[in-house]
Amino acid sequence: MRVSLDRMGDLLPAALPVLLMLLALPLIGSPSAWVTLTAAGLAMGMMIFIMASGLTLIFGLMDVLNFGHGAFISIGAYVATLVLLPLAGWTQADALGWNLAALVPALLAAMAATGALGLVFERVVVRPVYGQHLKQILVTMGGLIVAEQLLAALWGPNQIALPLPAALRGSIVLGDAAIEKYRLIAVIVGLAVFVAMLAILNRTKLGLLIRAGVENGEMVEALGYRVRRLFVAVFAAGSALAGLGGVMWALYRESVTAGMGLEVMILVFIVVIVGGLGSVGGCFLGSVLVALLANYTGFLAPKLALGSNILLMVAILMWRPQGLYPVGKG
Amino acid sequence: MAEALLELAGVHTHIGRYHIVQGADIAVPAGGLTMLLGRNGAGKTTTLRTIMGLWRASAGHVRFDGRDIAALATPDVARLGIAYVPESMGVFASLTVKENMVLAARDRALNDARLAWIFRLFPALERFWLLPAGALSGGQKQMLSIARALIEPRRLLLVDEPTKGLAPAIIDMLIEAFQELKRVRTTVLLVEQNFRVARALGDTVAVMDDGRIVHAGAMAALADDEALQQRLLGLSLASHQ
Ligand SMILES: Nc1ncnc2c1ncn2[C@@H]1O[C@H](COP(=O)(O)OP(=O)(O)OP(=O)(O)O)[C@@H](O)[C@H]1O
Ligand SMILES: [Mg+2]
Repeated sequence: MRVSLDRMGDLLPAALPVLLMLLALPLIGSPSAWVTLTAAGLAMGMMIFIMASGLTLIFGLMDVLNFGHGAFISIGAYVATLVLLPLAGWTQADALGWNLAALVPALLAAMAATGALGLVFERVVVRPVYGQHLKQILVTMGGLIVAEQLLAALWGPNQIALPLPAALRGSIVLGDAAIEKYRLIAVIVGLAVFVAMLAILNRTKLGLLIRAGVENGEMVEALGYRVRRLFVAVFAAGSALAGLGGVMWALYRESVTAGMGLEVMILVFIVVIVGGLGSVGGCFLGSVLVALLANYTGFLAPKLALGSNILLMVAILMWRPQGLYPVGKG
Repeated sequence: MAEALLELAGVHTHIGRYHIVQGADIAVPAGGLTMLLGRNGAGKTTTLRTIMGLWRASAGHVRFDGRDIAALATPDVARLGIAYVPESMGVFASLTVKENMVLAARDRALNDARLAWIFRLFPALERFWLLPAGALSGGQKQMLSIARALIEPRRLLLVDEPTKGLAPAIIDMLIEAFQELKRVRTTVLLVEQNFRVARALGDTVAVMDDGRIVHAGAMAALADDEALQQRLLGLSLASHQ
């Protein structure tokens, strides 16, 4: 896990989620409620990570602040409805095989569509404003709003119900505690994405180039590689991951709305900043922290739920101004 | 004198609204080591960055092996066989020494014979082969940065102040490494502030001041002419002797 733990064995941030969990247990009191909340937090954290992981690399590699990332979250969810709703017979059959026969193509379609749109978005919206942060914020924000309006125009302003496939419903009971099956699945998928990203970043030449590019893109160019091309590939992959996260998020809420991407973008930005811009490992930890905290405070002090994440961000940035795992810019 | 492998003719570079390089003419003969000297802020780094395409020349020609490369993108310049060791070293701190070298070798696998040669020049790199490069000392990072430029045979090395901030013993080691490069007739353009290094290594020399070349010739001639050194470089360089 060199990417997450690369800063020379700096393990302290990695211990934070565990500390948070231990701290929450006596506050919550009931172990079964704690298990349920922790599972919910981990599941939500994994989904946020999937949505945020691409964004952190996009920033790290080319210093691009892409608010448009949220559009791919919504678009992914809408594209999935194009597959899942016509195949409702398969998703609602109480047979995992049939459920997956609908779900897997839906996920692939969502990722293909958002990946391809990512390529277009990079070329048309992002490329003209390289190196100009203020314009990037305005233009990518504009892109997000336009995308939302287009989705609302194409699919209508109402939310679309997206029921979970039948086999993924229900809970697993552990003593007094119940863990929703879908949350477990979200954790597994999130971990799989994390492990795959680490494997690519640490074990492949492409991954080496991405990590080197995040540190010092100019030097990567001076060694004879086109960072631009690398960036376009990362942008498309990051957009596809946002699409994947969007589908998972929509299934979690069992509904799709045009505004869902923008809503979740606040959390996505918090975890990217908390983790350290450009750091995949930091993004992973940040996601888990933010989601655990949101679930714990949602239970303990519902009024503080959103504020708690802002507080978390402030506290972490006071401790580490560059985030949990700062990426040394050369 | 051998024919120039690299030739700058009337090169100007602007950074924003600043006019930094103001008509530089430099010839780097093939197979030799050319020193580029000059005071702080003279424009040496800017000149190397212009050759690499990291800054765009606003006028003039940068010819490499007879071809004008002034308009090429940086990766294309690198792929012509020009290796760059920047002043900041540009070592990827989160990558291991090995991974840094793998990237530098581009499409080829690491060549064992070449690696053995590099390890003879810089034994520390072998010792810390699998450590993150960020853990290396300043001198070791400099060795890694130079080693990256050597891992494949390149036609020209651009090296920016490799001895900056290093202890005399490490500087001696770098001098020996460059002497080895000279033995195998590598073409090098080396920026230095340390006159002892320049004297030990330079075949030819160009002195830059305020973005212009104010002197060019044989290094030995400059090394023997203290009055000229004083005039061109002032006390800052001469005091390094
Ligand atoms: N990015 C930049 N923006 C503005 N001015 C710059 C920039 N880089 C260099 N300069 C200016 O250009 C001039 C030449 O700088 P350069 O780094 O090329 O000098 P140098 O000869 O390499 O100096 P040193 O020996 O200190 O490394 C300096 O006045 C410097 O302030
Ligand atoms: Mg310099």
